[in-house]
Parts: sequence; structure tokens; C-alpha cells
Amino acid sequence: MVKKIFAKSYVALILCLMYAPIFVLIAFSFTTSTLIGDWSGFSLELYTSLFKNKEIMEALKNTVLIALSSAVVSTILGTLGAIGIFYCKKKVRRTFEFIGQIPILNPEIVTALSLTILFVFLGIKFNFITLMIGHIILTIPFVVLSITPKLKQMDSNVYEAALDLGAKPSTALRKVVIPEIIPGILSGFILAVTLSLDDYIITAFTRNNSFQTISTYVYGVTAKKGALPPTLRALTTIIFIVTLVLLILLNLKGKKKEVRR
Amino acid sequence: MAKKDDIIISIQNVSKEFDDVLVVDDFNLYIKKGEFVTFLGPSGCGKTTTLRMIAGFEMPTSGKILLNGEDITNLPPYKRPVNTVFQRYALFPHLDVYENVAFGLKLKKIKATVTDKKGNVKEIERKLTREEIDEKVRKALRIVDLEELEWRDISTLSGGQQQRIAIARAIVNEPEILLLDEPLGALDLKMRKEMQLELKEMHRKLGITFIYVTHDQEEALTMSDTIVIMKDGMIQQIGTPEDIYNEPENAFVADFIGESNIYEGTMVGDKKIRFLNHVFDCVDEFPIHEKVDVVLRPEDIKLAPVNQGMVNGKLTSKVFKGVHYEYVMMVGRSEVVIQDTRNLDINCEASISVVPFDIHIMKKEFVSNMYDAYIDKNNKVVISEEPFECDVTQLIPGTVLDEDGYLVDKDGKRYDLTDADVKVEVGLKDIEIADDEEEGNITGEIVSIIYKGDHYQVIVRTEEDEDFVVDTEYTWNELDRVSVKIAKEKIKMTLKQEAKNYVKD
Repeated sequence: MVKKIFAKSYVALILCLMYAPIFVLIAFSFTTSTLIGDWSGFSLELYTSLFKNKEIMEALKNTVLIALSSAVVSTILGTLGAIGIFYCKKKVRRTFEFIGQIPILNPEIVTALSLTILFVFLGIKFNFITLMIGHIILTIPFVVLSITPKLKQMDSNVYEAALDLGAKPSTALRKVVIPEIIPGILSGFILAVTLSLDDYIITAFTRNNSFQTISTYVYGVTAKKGALPPTLRALTTIIFIVTLVLLILLNLKGKKKEVRR
Repeated sequence: MAKKDDIIISIQNVSKEFDDVLVVDDFNLYIKKGEFVTFLGPSGCGKTTTLRMIAGFEMPTSGKILLNGEDITNLPPYKRPVNTVFQRYALFPHLDVYENVAFGLKLKKIKATVTDKKGNVKEIERKLTREEIDEKVRKALRIVDLEELEWRDISTLSGGQQQRIAIARAIVNEPEILLLDEPLGALDLKMRKEMQLELKEMHRKLGITFIYVTHDQEEALTMSDTIVIMKDGMIQQIGTPEDIYNEPENAFVADFIGESNIYEGTMVGDKKIRFLNHVFDCVDEFPIHEKVDVVLRPEDIKLAPVNQGMVNGKLTSKVFKGVHYEYVMMVGRSEVVIQDTRNLDINCEASISVVPFDIHIMKKEFVSNMYDAYIDKNNKVVISEEPFECDVTQLIPGTVLDEDGYLVDKDGKRYDLTDADVKVEVGLKDIEIADDEEEGNITGEIVSIIYKGDHYQVIVRTEEDEDFVVDTEYTWNELDRVSVKIAKEKIKMTLKQEAKNYVKD
């Protein structure tokens, strides 16, 4: 019994350490005081000023734009790549799977630096496209990684069955293989969006300096003033809620599938 | 052979290699329209690969496949009028039953003639209308007895129902040939028996050609018009179920199909054969003194009281099998399996008799092991990349080995046999196998075991794909890893080239 209580309180402590700062932040996004810990009454003022702040709104727009556009491209490329790798011969497949894992373990700073050097070497000016390339490179391995297990679960004969029933290879891919792996594609897409949303390093290295995303903006202000502008508390709360919703959506999808089996 | 226009598909000299391994070896077969043909063999015999080549999923390494006289060897699967029922059904899980069955129809284009406004009659290609698809799907579902399940999700169906949907999905396209790749393998025994009869009935009703792949000999006997027995990528026998059961071409076929007693015998006269220490009359003609394999089916052997039959022996075991009892009788050191409906006492002397017609004699598959090998610099013979101790002096008569390892004849001529190509012959009884992989010269896997009354004939296959056929008294299991040992004096060799080519000057 004592053991049980101890075990439970230990878990509670860990969870508390993990989530307390976030909850404190959320709580203090509903008050206007500049110092955290100093509650000056409930107010939604931070939220209204957040939405009035043009700089932040511009950065938010940019963040969403880059996240969605890079996620779309890397989902398409990643899906085709995963299917291509899956239908390769064993040796080739192993090699590709190994190469695909390197960027995941590789420190982001290495990827970011090497990209910068490449763009400078090729004489390409940093703009939206270079930033997008950076984000696509960051997210593609994760898309491939979330689709591959779905391909492996698939009955290996369904593609052949479609061909057998008169479908050309492209039709078979569209009508049979893609619908089979769509849960993997969706989770790959959501993963790509979240990775791109909060990325700082690659963004900082591959963007045009006038182009701000939320992460570069936050780093920018904190570097200058040292203190966290109160409006950012509202912004981080919103980001946290959005991430939470995405996470719940992702988990719900997985659960539904399990129930059906 | 059948008339030319009766033949729907002809497979000519087809071979298939995967990464240098020959999976199908010079396959030749004609299949008549409307025939029910079964490819039967143990796993890895190439039967599924052959089927996949007919479907178009694999391209032959060499050879041709003709459909109605047209070469379809390199035609992609979606252009062949052939449909497949897969082993694990391969239904589309994201579509319901109706959509699964309608999949092929929705892609199909048919030729139609239309009259335009000006009254010109034109020939166009059009897709099937929704009504046409509806009608065909219903009909197919009716054939497999699953009309009421149209809108169900695939994942809610039982294995047997999924199987039927897979069949409906294939036959709805009205293929000229239906290919079935072990379609009943995943079903339980009772269901399998029912489906066997249903498939046979379906075949009769549809009138199309069925090509069926299975490793279940009983299934093949029950359903087929023609059975093609395969082993190691090669056809062993083609025939009707009756032919194959009654007249197996070799010991492998006899052992694979039904229960059988297989013995080694010797022809001792015109239509007279000696085995089980007795001379039997038989109906097959073989040259006198030839060593042959003999098959006796357990149900063809009659039990009689001692001294009243042809051969006496001792009944040692009895097992009740429902319709009959299965007895084992020891005749000398050989076992005879007998089926008899009477309940007799065991552990007593009895005798057996067989009528000449039921003694089936086959040419021996293996008389001895033959290898292409060479001599290495240590005067060992290299078989399947492994050196074996041997006596090289037998290669050039009248020679002896000198201390430098050269052969010297009586005139003092020296021969250097390094790298000389030789033919090696080793008798079946001259090879020993051992559990301990270190003990012998080379290791391999047991790929086949056939019981021959008083010993087993075991085939050990090495990694280099070389076979060692061994007669042994000991029991082994298939897939055992063993090592092979050959005594020095049992290796018989002959030079492929003349001895003078190896004279050392």
C-alpha cells in the first residue's frame, strides 16, 4: 500500500515538474502584470494586444505559411519516397532506410550550417524558397518514417491484386496503396507541421533576415530586452493549445483504427 | 496432345532465376480450355512462381508463355485476361464488399457501337454503366452465396467469407483463366473440404480454365482434371489424379501422393521382381538385373494367416483410423504398412499377398551421386567448394605418389594434377551424415526424406546447391543441419581430359 502511494506520488511529482511551468504560463496569460507571480486580476488584455501587435501577427502568418507549405511538399515527396523505397530490392531498401535515419539523429545545427554553406556556395540569396527547402529537408525523414510502418502492415499482394484486376500501376497506387497508407500520410503531415512550427535553428540559418517567424521573433525580442514581453505569454498559450489539439486528433485517429481491428 | 485450338495456354521452356538461383527449370505445359489444372509440390518447388509468371507478376528469365497462340510473356498483368485469387485474399480493406467486387469492372472498357445524330454507326470504347456493374456484381456475389453482405466492411467478415469475396472479385471480370494460389490454405479443415467441392462446382458452372496451386495432395486429387507435380522447379509428373496415384513416375511422386510403401527391388526375370526377399510377378517391363524402386499402396496389400500369403512377417502395430485399421508388419528388417478393415491381433505371425497389377515399378531416381569436381594442390578433390580426401592414384592407372605430391608411373613420368577436372561418383550407401557440423567435410540441410522399407533415402543440400543423396538406417528430420562425410576409398574418380595433358616436364 505504502509502496503504491509512493509510486503514485513519484509519477505525480515528475508530471508536475514537466507541466507546472506551462500551466503557470497559461494562468498568467490571463493577467496583465509584467512579472510572473504577481497576479493583478483576471484580464484578456494580453490576448487583445497580441492580436493588435502587427509584428507578431506578421510572424504568426509567416510561421503558418511556411509550416503548411513545407509540410505539403514534404508529405508529397515523403510519401512517394517511402513507397519507392518500400518496393526496392532488399539491399537497396536497407541502404535507403539507413541513409534516411541520418538526418533524424544528426544535430540540426549541422544540417542548418551545411545548408547555409551550400546556398552561399551556389550564390543563392536567402528568401522564402531557401527557407522552405530547409524545412522540407528537416521534415521529410519524419514523413517517411511515419509512412513506412503502414506500408509494412499492408498485405503485400493488394498492389498486385489491383494490377490483376486491370489497374495500371499509377491507378493501383492511387486507388489501393494510397488509401491503405493514408493514416500514415496524415500523421506524417501533422508531424511535419509541428516540427516546422517551432523550428528555430534551420529557420534562423536559411531565412531572409527581414522574414520573421514566431520562433525567430521570440528569440529576437528576448535577446534584445532580456525580459519576456507579456504578450508572448498569450502567444505561447495559443501555440500550446493548438499543439494539444493536433496531438489529440492524432491519437484519436490511432485509437479508431485499433477498435476496428 | 490436344488439338491446337483447344489449347488456351502453353508454357514453353520457361525458366526463372532469382539472384542466380534457378526457381523454375525448363517448364513445359499445355493447358486445354476449361481444364482444372493443379500445380502440386512441397514449398519452394516453384509452383507459385510459375503461377505468378502466368499472371504477369514475374517475367520468365527465358522461355515463352502463349495465350490462345499469342505471346504474352512480357505483357503486364493488367493487360492479361487472367485473374488471380491470392493466398491471403488481398482484399482492399478500405473498400466494402460491393466496391471490392466492382473494382475490376469499374476499370474495364468495352467495345460498343453507337449511332450518332447523323445516323453514322461508330465503334467506341466505353466504360460499363452503373446498372451493368450492379448486375454483374450481384451475379458474382450470388455465385459465391454472399448476396446479403454487399455493404459490409471487409474487416467484419470471417476468413471463409473473405475467401468467397476474393473469388467473386476475380470471376466477376469473366477471365479466360482463373489462377488460385493456395486459396484455401488459411481455412480450417471442415471449411476447406466444403470450399473444395464448391470450387469444383463453380468450375463446372463457369466453364473457364482453373489453374490451382497447392501443397495439399488430397486437395489436388479431389479437385483436379490434371495434376502437375513439381519439385525443385522441375515437373516430376503430369497426369490425371488416377494416373498419378496409380502410376507414380518416381519415388518422390509416390511418397508425396497418398500413403505408400517404397522398396528397392531388382528385376530377376521377365516381369519378375525381387523385393522383401521374395520374387513377385508384376506387369511392368524392365530390363533384367536392373535395380528399381517399387511402390505398394497400403490398401492394395491383403493380410492373410501365416503361410497362406506370399510373404510371412510379424504384425507389430495397429492403429484405428476410422474406416480401417493401419497395421505395420515387419518382413525381415523392412516395414510394410497395410490397411485392413478387420480387427486382428497383433504381435503374431501373418502373411501378405499382392496381385501383380498392384505392384508398381519405377525407374530409380538416384543410382549414385555424380559430381563435377577438380583436384586441388594438396591432392584433395574439391566437391561443392569443399576439399575431400581421396586417392588420386586411381586417376592414372599404374602410378604412385612421390614425396612432392606428383604421380609417377613406372616409366618415371611425373604428372601434376593440380586443377585437373574430374568426374566423381559416390554410391548412395557410401556417404555418412552426422549431427556434428564439425565432423564431416561439408555441411548442408536435409531437404527430402523418403522411407524405403528398411532405410531412409535422405537428400542433403549444401549452400552451393549441391545435393548429396544418402541411404541411411537412421532417422533424420527435414531441415536438420548436418555434415556429410565420405570415406577416402569410397570416392571414385575419372579424369575428364586425357592423362597426357598433365605430364610435368
